[in-house]
Amino acid sequence: MAGDAGRGGSSRVKFDRFARRKLVNRIITVLAGLAVIAALYPLVDLVYTALVQGGGVLFQLTFLTARNPTPCSVVSCATVGIGPTIEGSAILVGLASLISVPVGVLAAIFASEYRTRGIGRVVSFTADVLSGVPSILMGAFVYGYLVLEYPNLVESVISGSLALAAIMIPIITRTTEEALRTVPDATREAAIALGIAKWKMSLRIVLISALPGVVTGVLLAVMRAAGEAAPLILLTGFSTNWYTRPDLPVGSLPVLIYTYALQPYSNWHAVAWGATLFLLIAILVVNVLSRYTIQRMVTKMSGGS
Amino acid sequence: MESPTPSPTSSHQSPLARRVRRWPDQLFFAIILAFAILVVAVAFAIVGILAYNSQQSFRVFGWQFFISSNWSPNGQVFGALPFIVGTLLTSAIALLIAVPLSLGTAIFITTQAPRILRTPLGTAVELLAAVPSVIYGFWGVYVVHPFMRATVEPVLHEYLGFTGLFGPPGGSGDVLTASVILAVMIVPTISAVSRDTMAAVPAAQTEAALSLGATDWETTRVATIPFARSGIIGGIILGLGRAIGETMAVTMTIGNVDRVPDSLLGPGQTIASLIANELLSNTGPLQISAILECGLVLLLISLMVNVVARLLVWRATRGVGGRVV
Repeated sequence: MAGDAGRGGSSRVKFDRFARRKLVNRIITVLAGLAVIAALYPLVDLVYTALVQGGGVLFQLTFLTARNPTPCSVVSCATVGIGPTIEGSAILVGLASLISVPVGVLAAIFASEYRTRGIGRVVSFTADVLSGVPSILMGAFVYGYLVLEYPNLVESVISGSLALAAIMIPIITRTTEEALRTVPDATREAAIALGIAKWKMSLRIVLISALPGVVTGVLLAVMRAAGEAAPLILLTGFSTNWYTRPDLPVGSLPVLIYTYALQPYSNWHAVAWGATLFLLIAILVVNVLSRYTIQRMVTKMSGGS
Repeated sequence: MESPTPSPTSSHQSPLARRVRRWPDQLFFAIILAFAILVVAVAFAIVGILAYNSQQSFRVFGWQFFISSNWSPNGQVFGALPFIVGTLLTSAIALLIAVPLSLGTAIFITTQAPRILRTPLGTAVELLAAVPSVIYGFWGVYVVHPFMRATVEPVLHEYLGFTGLFGPPGGSGDVLTASVILAVMIVPTISAVSRDTMAAVPAAQTEAALSLGATDWETTRVATIPFARSGIIGGIILGLGRAIGETMAVTMTIGNVDRVPDSLLGPGQTIASLIANELLSNTGPLQISAILECGLVLLLISLMVNVVARLLVWRATRGVGGRVV
């Protein structure tokens, strides 16, 4: 400041204002950086807690295949495993995928390849809005329907996978539609110029070109369904038996976490942390891999055109 | 099936051949149209089935249902006010916490962070959205709730207790803890949408501000934010939609007491946690109907919120390609 004393008053005011503007800029940078730290801290803490609490359990070899333990609160008691629960989750999500992948992909082909018709846009808007419907309401919807029509299917594999399918369909529809749109129109025009039928073009050229994106979308939907607890606590009950029939209750990882977390048995808590860590690792790996795929695809597409 | 190489006779049979070739296209169109209609039908079925099941409760309690705070399964009297208040209250507090964090995150990542950090930071924030709700709930029960109970809540009660908002901490969970966890969960939604719309601002807009001598923040303030405003608001509303319907994390941390919360540090219940807790342990068809009527209220709120948000985001990112959040 002392060095400025010889200058005129007006330039000094300008200098101060500039210094103030730079200061404000710096403060905002610091605040925004703090916001990033605050936003990311929970992820770090959550993964850390799961590693500390669940690491020892998960890395026993039998944890992923053995039967669930009976409740027990002594330190020495067994934590055994989550075998039937993993099987239950796989069956629920597998059935839900069998329903939702064809529905979602075909609806997306309609929305993308026939988007000049108004109904194409209606479909993608509906899928957008549906993906915002709370998952518990998908459970309540299936519950309300089954109680009316088939009361013996409440608490069963079938009703649980129907609700998961209802959650997956809008996600698959939207991600597939986005993937199909990354296929350049020049590809479609070339196909039409060669005289190919539109159905063949849609399935064998456009869909195949967009396949990495479609698979990525399906994987994201699968991982989303694998982590859903809300509809399943209404619809599947919980069971620690191996799967036998589709109209009986079944265990699943999210419901196991919910059930065991709120009970006062120390070995159940350990098992719940092991299941949490397993689910977290699976979800984070699939997410990072699929992001990488999407990015590579976008770069390839934009580089090609 | 047609063969890929034209047969020698195809030229003079061309009208017939064209008619023969058309039916697979029409069949294909019919099939995918059916699936497209199915997706739209699911949306209508959800509204229809919840409305159908609400009839009994609506016939008994009428409009009174939405303003009565008396929910007693023993007396078979049901009023939805505690859950409507609980839902709106937790979502509002979650927004208060999450909006500044999300906007700060979006601004830092799009305009201030070193270029090499932008993608990894963005990915990390979005991974927050991939963590299942029940895992946030478990973490909330074992980490956040004990922490809030031991440190934050006594301080709030002592110094801000006079406002009436912060009564004595109590219950197996409380509204504030649930709201804090909700805030963590909606940060990725708001900041992802904000980042997308801020990235869609034309470079000419920001370059003009920079060339006039604006600092990074001034550029953001005068050029980026006004241009991206409707998208940012859309992202906030989308986050609100997510908070309103979030179930597991709230169910595990809010304490689950069926009355209008008397303090932010006491227990409450949201519509979503009500459905999760009481639909299976119901006392009869009237309670099922009342719970599903609450579900219908939740559905209508979240549909409204989502339609508004999607329209805003679509308008802001039009032509740039969307994102599925």
